[in-house]
Amino acid sequence: MEFMQPATWSEALAMKAAHPEATPIAGGTDVMVGLNLDHGRPESIIDLTRIRELGEWGSDDGWLRIGAGVTYTKLIDELGDRLPGLAMASRTVGSPQIRNRGTVGGNLGTASPAGDAHPPLLAADAQVELASATGTRRVPVREFFTGPKQTTMRKDELIAAFLVEPAAGPQQFSKVGTRNAMVIAVCSFALALDPARRRVGTGIGSAGPTPLRATEAERFLEGVLDEQGSWDRRTRVSEAAVTRFGELVASAARPIDDVRGTAAYRRHALSVLARRCFTWAWAAA
Amino acid sequence: MRVGESVQRSDGPAKVRGDFAYSSDLHAEGMLWGATVRSPHPYARILSIDASGARTMPGVRAVLTHEDVPGQKLYGLEIQDQPVLAFDFVRYWGEAIAVVAADHPEQARRAAEKVRVEYQVLSPVTEPEQALSANAPQLHPGGNVTREVKIRHGDQSARADVVVRGEYEIGMQDQAPLGPESGLAIPDGEGGVDLSIATQWLHVDQEQLAGILGLPKEMVRLTLAGIGGAFGAREDLSMQAHACLLALKTGRPVKISYSRTESFVGHVHRHPGRLAYEHGANRDGRLVYVRARIILDGGAYASSSTAVIANATCFSVGPYVCPNATIDGIVVYTNNPPCGAMRGFGSVQNCYAHEAQMDRLAAALDMDPVELRIRNAMETGSEMITGQVIDGPVPVAELLRRVKAFPSPLGAEGQGDGGGMHDLTAMPGGVSNTTHGEGVKRGVGYAVGFKNIGYSEGFDDYSTARVRLYVVDGRPRVEVHSAAAEVGQGIVTVQAQIAGTELGVSDVVVLNADTGVGSAGSSSASRQTYITGGAVKAASEAVCKRALELAESELHPASELRIENDTVVGADGKQIVSLATLLGDAVIEETREFRPRRTHRLNPETGQSNAHMQFAFAAHRAVVDVDTELGLLKVVELATAQDVGRAINPIAVQGQLEGGAAQGLGLAVMEEIQVKDGVIRNPSFTDYLLPTILDMPPVRMDILELGDPNSPYGLKGVGEPPTISSGPAIVAAIRAATGREITRVPVRPHDLTP
Repeated sequence: MEFMQPATWSEALAMKAAHPEATPIAGGTDVMVGLNLDHGRPESIIDLTRIRELGEWGSDDGWLRIGAGVTYTKLIDELGDRLPGLAMASRTVGSPQIRNRGTVGGNLGTASPAGDAHPPLLAADAQVELASATGTRRVPVREFFTGPKQTTMRKDELIAAFLVEPAAGPQQFSKVGTRNAMVIAVCSFALALDPARRRVGTGIGSAGPTPLRATEAERFLEGVLDEQGSWDRRTRVSEAAVTRFGELVASAARPIDDVRGTAAYRRHALSVLARRCFTWAWAAA
Repeated sequence: MRVGESVQRSDGPAKVRGDFAYSSDLHAEGMLWGATVRSPHPYARILSIDASGARTMPGVRAVLTHEDVPGQKLYGLEIQDQPVLAFDFVRYWGEAIAVVAADHPEQARRAAEKVRVEYQVLSPVTEPEQALSANAPQLHPGGNVTREVKIRHGDQSARADVVVRGEYEIGMQDQAPLGPESGLAIPDGEGGVDLSIATQWLHVDQEQLAGILGLPKEMVRLTLAGIGGAFGAREDLSMQAHACLLALKTGRPVKISYSRTESFVGHVHRHPGRLAYEHGANRDGRLVYVRARIILDGGAYASSSTAVIANATCFSVGPYVCPNATIDGIVVYTNNPPCGAMRGFGSVQNCYAHEAQMDRLAAALDMDPVELRIRNAMETGSEMITGQVIDGPVPVAELLRRVKAFPSPLGAEGQGDGGGMHDLTAMPGGVSNTTHGEGVKRGVGYAVGFKNIGYSEGFDDYSTARVRLYVVDGRPRVEVHSAAAEVGQGIVTVQAQIAGTELGVSDVVVLNADTGVGSAGSSSASRQTYITGGAVKAASEAVCKRALELAESELHPASELRIENDTVVGADGKQIVSLATLLGDAVIEETREFRPRRTHRLNPETGQSNAHMQFAFAAHRAVVDVDTELGLLKVVELATAQDVGRAINPIAVQGQLEGGAAQGLGLAVMEEIQVKDGVIRNPSFTDYLLPTILDMPPVRMDILELGDPNSPYGLKGVGEPPTISSGPAIVAAIRAATGREITRVPVRPHDLTP
């Protein structure tokens, strides 16, 4: 196995161009597990941990641009107030040791349907910045995932950063696992409310071949809130509407039976999570 | 360091700092690495094995199959039915077929992939009932029933006022020791081998290895390596024979250390079971009869199945007086992963059933469930359903009263004891933010259990200890040598405490366990403190006697002497002579074997017998918050009362009560090896979930020291009882919170939701 350690971002991109099959590694919380479980033997690995700017974040035209190497811990500590949904999801990732190493960029790169960061990024309509030796492009997260562990990334590309607007309203994240910490999601749900734009964003994790949006549920809830003028007056939303929202979220899922849970349970749990997340978010709006 | 004092374990700081050398850390100059070729099928006929491709790979020094086993090709703790390396058939997924030694572990793994095995794949037997059917393939020459145990006690046609029935299912739990199976075999150049190994019983490994290698026992020497947990998983051989075979073949040291995935197929598991019960009682709540059929799935090989089913059957009713019993216990061969010893050893599965039945009976009688249990509780002199009369303290009612009398945990349901704002760590679902109190209901449940301590049914239970007293640097030192395996339970400290107490010497050194001294028996059955403790006590007493004889003959004839604080003192407490002066260059050494009282085989027709040596009892109360909409749980508190006879090292006893309860909690709510069509679907710690600190609550405990008149210091084994009734108490609490029947563990979220 060839092990490459670029010192700069342009060097990393050149290496990826020369070795399109190379596996990038940052925190190693997915890659090393895969190696230990003998899930594959990559021909070459590009270690991105020496590239300082990957671990930094800043502002970009009103958005937050967060380097692909920013760890969950750093994200929680430094951006928890501006990205509450993503911070809540980050707190559910692994143990403190894993959060000290693992990165949202790596979560996106692995593109597991169960990735904890994906639902809040979907709900917030974030973008992924992909770079190659020939240029840079930004892809909406909602178009990024194409299948289980598959994305729109080209083989010569690396994830440079992701971009997300600071929360314009309440956000929530909720994840079902079969133990109370350090667990892979049986299913998860993220909600982002944007009262100024009158938008509802959702994200579903671990209940389909990719992370999913519940588009119909979003439009339904926007309609309810518009119709009642609730966005401005923060009026109570009927229990029937909240229940319907939960049902629509559940019906947007495409779950399967697997070792972590049944499809039927996942749908049921998503309807509960959606109801609860909306109730908590609305109380804070 | 005396008996009864809380003593910090000597290996504790090194383990906390990461300095402790586990068996997987072993190293020798020029060593090779072993890797294992494993079956991808749960059941298949082996048509051919072609290792030629592997043998020519870079770095490969040897590839061995069953043809290279010079001695016995089959081994096993009770029945020699398991191939060292498979021939003719593979009977479970992951069974070892060939082993490779290479310069580098990756070379060994890649070579293992190149061993070509041609199979005729057969349809596996994956259900115990299927194994019992007339047309099932016979997996072993004697058929598919590994053992059947019958208990026929009292009136077989007894009738009762109130009858409750239930069927219960127990999933397959794993011991999940953090340390993988690992060891290092070093050839001695004269045809023999030295093996450093993490095992629960050095001498039974030695005996089996000598047979497999075709060597006299003296040429197979074992030394205990650092053990990262055992819990029953290290009773059977795993990589021991493979490493020795490769070392003897190559003439080089060979290390084998399993990966996590491999570890899940590298040791036996707790037997999954199906238990059908019928309880009959009078209107006043007294049990009239119990009828039960218990089927355990032993998997592909026997391991310790025959003893596990005996326990499951003998203790099937729980610690209750029951005049009439008809119990059938059956353990069968299937093509599922082999099952064997795990903490609780047959008494865990049945406790879920008998305690659920007691709750059903209480509901049918409209009685308080604790009161019903107390009304039926065994006491000193009570007769078991095996006809054995239990002597010594039997504080079943007292334990139940004590757990019931504990104050309730603080905080309302869904709030833990955080009070005020919702504290996510106190909620079902924990930090995953699934509830802020919505849907949360609290339940309280009780359970009590018991089991045997030490070996049963006539098995010769003994241990050996050698104790030396000599002077070093002007001070007396005691050296204790036994083969007792320190698996984390604290037997090293216990041996030092006992020798220090009996000899009155402060400097006590416990040598590492090896086969250079007689057998200690296994670190299992909660027996080591009793049996090896008894041997150390006996050897220490013998050394003490000789030292005092020396003092009497030289100095003080016919006076009543004893040793205190490194000094010989008289009856009046007056210091007479220091041990150092008395001994000079003399070395006093004594070796003793210790045996507890004998036990006897179960009668094959009636199951009546004095089959057990000692009994231990524990009760638990569980308080559980359940998110009834999501089926997620927070065990708020476990409270326990246990009679330990005498706590030799109280802090270690507390650790056993906490750790054992955590392992019980694991089976109740999350730990399960999921097997489908004979294949393990979750052989990793990603999906085989163990409780975290957010799942395991604080344990409130009441440790009773009632003193067993038959045992050294009055002690009882303590390691297993906490694992027996903790889980059933949790399930009872979940039933109370949800109103659901719950007849299967582990309880899964989808068992609690619509």
